[in-house]
Amino acid sequence: MLDSDALSDRISEILEAHRGLEGPLLPILHAVQEAFGHVPQAAIPQIAAALTLSKAEVHGVVSFYHDFREAPAGRHVLKLCRAEACQAVGADAVAGRIKAALGIDWHETTPDGRVTLEPVFCLGLCACGPAAMIDGRLVGRCDEAVLAEVAK
Amino acid sequence: MKDFIIPDRDFGTPAAKSKQMVTLTIDGFDVTVPEGTSIMRAAAEAGIQVPKLCATDSVDAFGSCRLCLVEIEGRNGTPASCTTPVAPGLKVHTQNAKLKQLRRGVMELYISDHPLDCLTCSANGDCELQDMAGAVGLRDVRYEAVDTHFKVKNTSGEANPLYIPRDDSNPYFSYDPQKCIVCSRCVRACEEVQGTFALTIEGRGFDSRVSFGAKTDNALASDCVSCGACVQACPTATLQEKSVIEIGTPSHSVITTCAYCGVGCSFKAEMRGDELVRMTPYKHGKANRGHSCVKGRFAYGYASHKDRILKPMIRDAITDPWKEVTWAEAMEFAATRMKGIQAKYGRQSVGVITSSRCTNEETYLVQKLTRGVFMNNNTDTCARVCHSPTGYGLGQTFGTSAGTQDFDSVEEADVIMVIGANPHAGHPVFASRMKKRLRKGAKLIVVDPRRTETVEGPHYKAAHHLALTPGTNVAVVSAIAHVIVTEKLYNETFIRERCDWDEFQDYAEFIALPNHSPEAVQMVTGVPAEEIRLAARLYATGGNAAIYYGLGVTEHSQGSTTVIGIANLAMLTGNIGRRGVGVNPLRGQNNVQGSCDMGSFPHELPGYRHVKNPEVRAIYENLWGVKIDPEPGLRIPNMLDAAVEGTFKGLYCQGEDILQSDPDTHHVAAGLAAMECVIVHDLFLNETANYAHVFFPGSSFLEKDGTFTNAERRINMVRKVMAPKQGYADWEVTQMFAQAMGANWNYTHPSQIMEEIAMTTPSFAGVTYEKIETMGSIQWPCNEKAPEGTPLMHIDGFVRGKGKFIRTEYVATDEKTGPRFPLLLTTGRILSQYNVGAQTRRTANVVWHDEDVLEINPHDAENRGIKDGDWVRLASRSGDTTLRATIADRVAPGVVYTTFHHPDTQANVITTDFSDWATNCPEYKVTAVQVSPSNGPSEWQEEYAAQAAQSRRILAAE
Repeated sequence: MLDSDALSDRISEILEAHRGLEGPLLPILHAVQEAFGHVPQAAIPQIAAALTLSKAEVHGVVSFYHDFREAPAGRHVLKLCRAEACQAVGADAVAGRIKAALGIDWHETTPDGRVTLEPVFCLGLCACGPAAMIDGRLVGRCDEAVLAEVAK
Repeated sequence: MKDFIIPDRDFGTPAAKSKQMVTLTIDGFDVTVPEGTSIMRAAAEAGIQVPKLCATDSVDAFGSCRLCLVEIEGRNGTPASCTTPVAPGLKVHTQNAKLKQLRRGVMELYISDHPLDCLTCSANGDCELQDMAGAVGLRDVRYEAVDTHFKVKNTSGEANPLYIPRDDSNPYFSYDPQKCIVCSRCVRACEEVQGTFALTIEGRGFDSRVSFGAKTDNALASDCVSCGACVQACPTATLQEKSVIEIGTPSHSVITTCAYCGVGCSFKAEMRGDELVRMTPYKHGKANRGHSCVKGRFAYGYASHKDRILKPMIRDAITDPWKEVTWAEAMEFAATRMKGIQAKYGRQSVGVITSSRCTNEETYLVQKLTRGVFMNNNTDTCARVCHSPTGYGLGQTFGTSAGTQDFDSVEEADVIMVIGANPHAGHPVFASRMKKRLRKGAKLIVVDPRRTETVEGPHYKAAHHLALTPGTNVAVVSAIAHVIVTEKLYNETFIRERCDWDEFQDYAEFIALPNHSPEAVQMVTGVPAEEIRLAARLYATGGNAAIYYGLGVTEHSQGSTTVIGIANLAMLTGNIGRRGVGVNPLRGQNNVQGSCDMGSFPHELPGYRHVKNPEVRAIYENLWGVKIDPEPGLRIPNMLDAAVEGTFKGLYCQGEDILQSDPDTHHVAAGLAAMECVIVHDLFLNETANYAHVFFPGSSFLEKDGTFTNAERRINMVRKVMAPKQGYADWEVTQMFAQAMGANWNYTHPSQIMEEIAMTTPSFAGVTYEKIETMGSIQWPCNEKAPEGTPLMHIDGFVRGKGKFIRTEYVATDEKTGPRFPLLLTTGRILSQYNVGAQTRRTANVVWHDEDVLEINPHDAENRGIKDGDWVRLASRSGDTTLRATIADRVAPGVVYTTFHHPDTQANVITTDFSDWATNCPEYKVTAVQVSPSNGPSEWQEEYAAQAAQSRRILAAE
């Protein structure tokens, strides 16, 4: 865990690196999430001040996107598609088995910090449902494959 | 009681400003509106209300509620009428079977996530959701609410994670998320109207919720400044005044004028019986255009505070306790004493101080009291200690002692220069209007020693912040003029036409001297020369350039010189006499303009006419049947000096707390203590009353009729909404006292006083109560030449004829830092408190500011071993006090800052008796001080507290 000075210094660096960019808020938030694994609350006033925004505005943007995290995720992030096409080919059942295997519910992380499970709505892989995404890598027809990964 | 209510119709979207008119047909009726108008507004203007929830005419259309759908012949679908602009020849239908069904469906969805507790809801009868459910004929909701935001527990008794409890952290309004329909009106009002951006919509879809600030904030901890714009915009009970929750909805309303700052906002006092339920900003108020700040909107509780004194009181000596008496006894006692003093010490031994908090009519009577009854000119007012240099400086250069523009003018400014003012705190409603313009691209220059909220905030940032050393205004303003003259950026045509060319040449020769260059003065001012050059070029060449300034300009030993320098800048660049430009003093108090206009100064009769002038004296002499003293009387500092010397013995002080507000408290106290009869006329036993012998209880602005004149010279109506709690309006009290002194005054209504003012004062000649009633307000001059008043001054020529350039030599103040007092103290105010705090300290505004604190730069604090929140001793040559420190880098090293809202700190113990060379306006803004760690109140503070407690004793009724 960074102390507040170190956090503030790191955010200053990120802000400096994005100086002059048009529409800088989202790239900055991505960089912050990249650096810390989440967007720390303490970063919000600092980002707001640097962009002459209010902290409410930055909070509005951060909270709009589910991908910006309030707390660091587990070492692996598993996203399972919950949209119609995947549901039609058994996504719910897969999800149920994975939840049982990991012993967690949506948006939770296993106690050992290994996996975070998240729902996602359409990965554009409808032809190969049920679709999943593991650490940014797409997985089609994910039933057995994902279970195997999870078992590891 | 008269009800002045004009229904504030909501047209749904703001008015369009286009001159091009468009005609269309709505439900078979032809409607002609300006181009750019929404169909919703066009329909509303034709009297057809399209159902709506997310639209309101204070903010731009948003198109989220889908209730205002209409059909347009020849177009597909059902567009939202709020976001669809009119076009020539459109045929619009606002009501048919399809629209009815769609709207009812939308309402069903809204209601499926809304509690059905209308009867016990605080917005019952004042809820647009309720109205719209009625308007669309909602009879049945087909959806079963499973996941809701309003059920505390779900069906199996578990806590509902979507339920957010009510946020009561703000003292004046509550935020109840369960009632929220996420129309975003509050968020948009905070952004568009107020410009604070404290609110947002957090999450998305069904999870969308209104959020104050970031995740961990509540309303109080967020950036919210409690202006009430969100509460005003909210269509439901989600954002609701606590007073309405407690009392219920109001039954009638009276339009009146706020009694706080010089912006002069119009409000509706919404009443039930004679109980004030709430104050809401009046949409048609020309100063505020429907906006408000925390003080005017919410901080009215002082009028019914338990500290308010409701019975007249007298005492023989200030060491005695007060004795409550009848009005007649108090008048008799006061008149006998004053007559006795005049008999013993002479005609000149008594005087008055008029109040900038009272109405024009009341002020007029108080100066009439001294001129026509005491028979001297010993009258002064608190403008002495704030904007007297404005009166002098603008009078000399332009010929009139007032701002040149109306507030609407800021909407057309391209460059806004703010000098020595922090409108964000002092004039919040004007600040909101200015920020709106800045968000549209106007450039901002700020001249202020501190990096105030005006310098930078959400969606605006000053192009140039000239953070000068306190006391060097003249050097900075002259350096700006130097750049304009030497780089030939001045407007020669304007100067040749409108000003005296010879005077200009003289001034140009003077200002072009190298010792005025930014490079030459940067060591003194602390402002980099390049910044001054850039700011000067921007001001001179950036289009319409307007200057707004405050007490940071006037309250200096060279206050008048700076005002003259500012006037020179406007004349040099031709930024005077049209919209979007001008020189605008931001007046501190609600009626400081009016109190100056009404002849409160010892050398001027009403309308700024010198008492030496026999024709002017003759007007009043004939009317009043007295002989008016041709010699100017005493100014406040002179009165106090004379009191200490023993020649001034009696004072009638209406609605002003000179002990707290005037500089060098020790000297003020000594002066008051030396007098034999001090009459204080006020709502509260203020600090001055500790030295008083007679106390006349005052009436609040809610309890009397009259007029206030704001910083735009706008005469606004103040209307009585309830009977005076202590029996009489202030003008009646002054009249009773004058009668007790032997005068034959028989006014029965303030309108008769205004008639007398109009009859005797050329700039008010056309003003009558009837005209103010019809027009809403009038900006003086209002006479034969301008029967409708004058929004902009000096349009074709200056009031004095030719604009006058005057040399502005910088002379450093005698108040200098040295080894004993190495820091410079400057003073100001903050948003939630007002002036000496007599009113705001007696409201819930104290949650934002319950003590004065000293802002000190981290560098200076570290040198002295001071940590944030420590008690520190603040000492100057005049005195010392203790208060808590706050470490802030918005003050430069070498500068410290505090406010003067709390009497237990008494920042004015520190300030010195240096004053403006022309007008004696005290130099509040510059005091050499030392700051050192301390462990508690100073000896002086303890003595003062003991004296105050002793002096405020009131004998129990027998």
